[in-house]
Amino acid sequence: MTTILRNVRPYGEDAVDITWSDGVITEISPAGDPREDAAGAAVIDGHGAVVLPGLVDLHTHLREPGREDAETIASGSAAAALGGFTAVHAMANTTPVADTAGVVEMVWRRGVEAGYCDVHPVGAVTVGLQGERLAELGAMADSAARVRIFSDDGVCVSDPVLMRRALEYVKAFDGVIAQHAQDPRLTEGAQMNEGALSGVLGLRGWPAVAEESIIARDVLLAEHVGSRVHICHLSTSGSVDIVRWAKARGIDVSAEVTPHHLILTEDLARTYDPLFKVNPPLRRAEDVGAVRAGLADGTIDVVATDHAPHAREDKDCEWAAGAFGMLGLETALSVVIETMVLTGALDWRGVADRMSVRPAHIARLADQGRPLAVGEPATLVVVDPEATWQVDAARSPSRSANSPFAQRDMRGRVLHTVLRGRPTVIEGVLVSEGAGA
Amino acid sequence: MNKHLLSAADLSRDDAVAILDTAAELSRVTDRAVKKLPTLRGRTVVNLFFEDSTRTRISFEAAAKRLSADVITFSAKGSSVSKGESLKDTALTLEAMGADAVIVRHGASGAPHRLAHSGWIDGVVVNAGDGTHEHPTQALLDAYTLRHHLAGGTGALEGRRVVIVGDVLHSRVARSNVLLLHTLGAEVTLVAPPTLMPVGVDTWPCTVSYDLDEALPGADAVMMLRVQAERMNAAYFPTSNEYSRRYGLDVRRAGLLAHDGIVLHPGPMNRGMEITAEVADGPRSVIVEQVTNGVHVRMAVLYLLLGAAEVDTAVAHEEAGE
Repeated sequence: MTTILRNVRPYGEDAVDITWSDGVITEISPAGDPREDAAGAAVIDGHGAVVLPGLVDLHTHLREPGREDAETIASGSAAAALGGFTAVHAMANTTPVADTAGVVEMVWRRGVEAGYCDVHPVGAVTVGLQGERLAELGAMADSAARVRIFSDDGVCVSDPVLMRRALEYVKAFDGVIAQHAQDPRLTEGAQMNEGALSGVLGLRGWPAVAEESIIARDVLLAEHVGSRVHICHLSTSGSVDIVRWAKARGIDVSAEVTPHHLILTEDLARTYDPLFKVNPPLRRAEDVGAVRAGLADGTIDVVATDHAPHAREDKDCEWAAGAFGMLGLETALSVVIETMVLTGALDWRGVADRMSVRPAHIARLADQGRPLAVGEPATLVVVDPEATWQVDAARSPSRSANSPFAQRDMRGRVLHTVLRGRPTVIEGVLVSEGAGA
Repeated sequence: MNKHLLSAADLSRDDAVAILDTAAELSRVTDRAVKKLPTLRGRTVVNLFFEDSTRTRISFEAAAKRLSADVITFSAKGSSVSKGESLKDTALTLEAMGADAVIVRHGASGAPHRLAHSGWIDGVVVNAGDGTHEHPTQALLDAYTLRHHLAGGTGALEGRRVVIVGDVLHSRVARSNVLLLHTLGAEVTLVAPPTLMPVGVDTWPCTVSYDLDEALPGADAVMMLRVQAERMNAAYFPTSNEYSRRYGLDVRRAGLLAHDGIVLHPGPMNRGMEITAEVADGPRSVIVEQVTNGVHVRMAVLYLLLGAAEVDTAVAHEEAGE
């Protein structure tokens, strides 16, 4: 079947019509050019909006198996499609932990069944995320899920010897260790960024050095053993400096920042509302400036959502009792538009690079993050950068409602999401039919 | 005055002086044979204690009862932080019982703030100590005691020098006192080993010292904070002996205070740790007085928060033609 996406602007440039057939782009022509073979083709109106390659999230918590009350692979991947994502990476901290070929294959299969986007399981580095012995990384890599990213996210691989071995071991199948950089001893009981505000609020501080010291150690380990390493949700100014230094030195390091660390600051802890409690914690305005600059100059490779759904009761409580994490899939692109595009820090090619091309490369996904060109997969997102919208938990397919952006005007609305030629979202509405195909 | 009392920072200088003046008036009630006022008759005050604190709880109980309020004590120890009933469910229960004021003690910093702003309850919330955040009525009773001895029992504390010593990092008493005493015009110096100072203490409205002998000479008052000996296990200091030598208050150090300088302690004391028995029981000590003053100050807080609400309601009804 042939589909024509009319009047879209690739990377914000001149308007075109994009035609695809069997999931592959067959023609890109100036918008409005008459087409001889258009008869019988399905037509999608692009409204002159921006088209980018489908977004790829390296860091997603889908909670299945184990906490299906908070999110499922189907509900989370549906939210991802609405946010413009065509691939997500499901973190391993489920119950049971995704530390065997069996669990990662189950996650992979459920993603295929749901059909909203590609769901790539992340494998745990250590058995049960316990940080004691390596999980069967090779078995997960060789499984049907073809795992390439391994992470104990939620906890840090703090043992330096174990981290070294993991970095070395995954070279055999071109894998990468994604480190949750958090020194456990420096953050015992920690509740928010450590600084003047934590002292005033009486909340146990989470020092920047707890993140930065692990990143410094791990880039040096990666250099020593000649491996690549990926840094999850980098959040401090010092972390940006260390990664910048490491890249200048030629170390094979990549790093991600979350949308919330691009826009929110620790001041929200003044509310004592655990909606704003997240790991790593929201930092100072200086840190927000530094991660934006790092993302703009490429020191930070990727925006990754760290979408972390939580049941209502886990947030409807006092700060100390609240769970860490916030939703991010449906709002990520809007936050990047507000903080990076409208400020002039990134152009649309830059957005495509940080949210699609580079994450796909880090994850070694062959058919994601591809250019918008003839012969490439029709995997793309159409976003209207002028539209504004508000988060509405009732309309979201996510089973959780812990978005920190309620009541905020979000900039830029996803109109269409297309996965290998098949629309998953049309005019901002999830396409249920066709899912599972 | 704000509807709730969550932080000493909620109080303007006028608010604070009004509370202290009211407390002074109410203290005369306790001189009478019948120690009760009818002010809060028919109002329900709930003592919601998620942490053990016998002295604070009975102080609030006594204060509410002397104002003729109905007092319910809800001891929910063990309910805090993911055990047992949630803060929200407890709050909804109290709301259903019609609490006019909830006095809350909780191990989590900000729990009273959550209660006050979550929409779970309508009543007035008074923070009776939350985690390592604040304990505003303790600061008020300390200010009352200081004013009584250092300022003739009236006005503020302009220019008085107060030294607060001990585990500032974990102390809600220190946070509230720094804020309130500064508001009242006093000059506060915090003294502790650097490990027990919060990051960012340099931004607080006070001076900071690591040397007690340097800070004490000529001060009008010294307030010793409780220091748990177990802190040495987390390397905050090497041993309790070393702590006592460097930061404990003994007779020699108490002698460095101004001629009529006084010694305060919020209790419970670790005699021999942060304060010697000779000083705790000595002539400069006003520690027992603090307890008495606590009842008067808490009466004043309840009187002003609930009494004001009553007046507002009456006015609203009048305006509505009821």
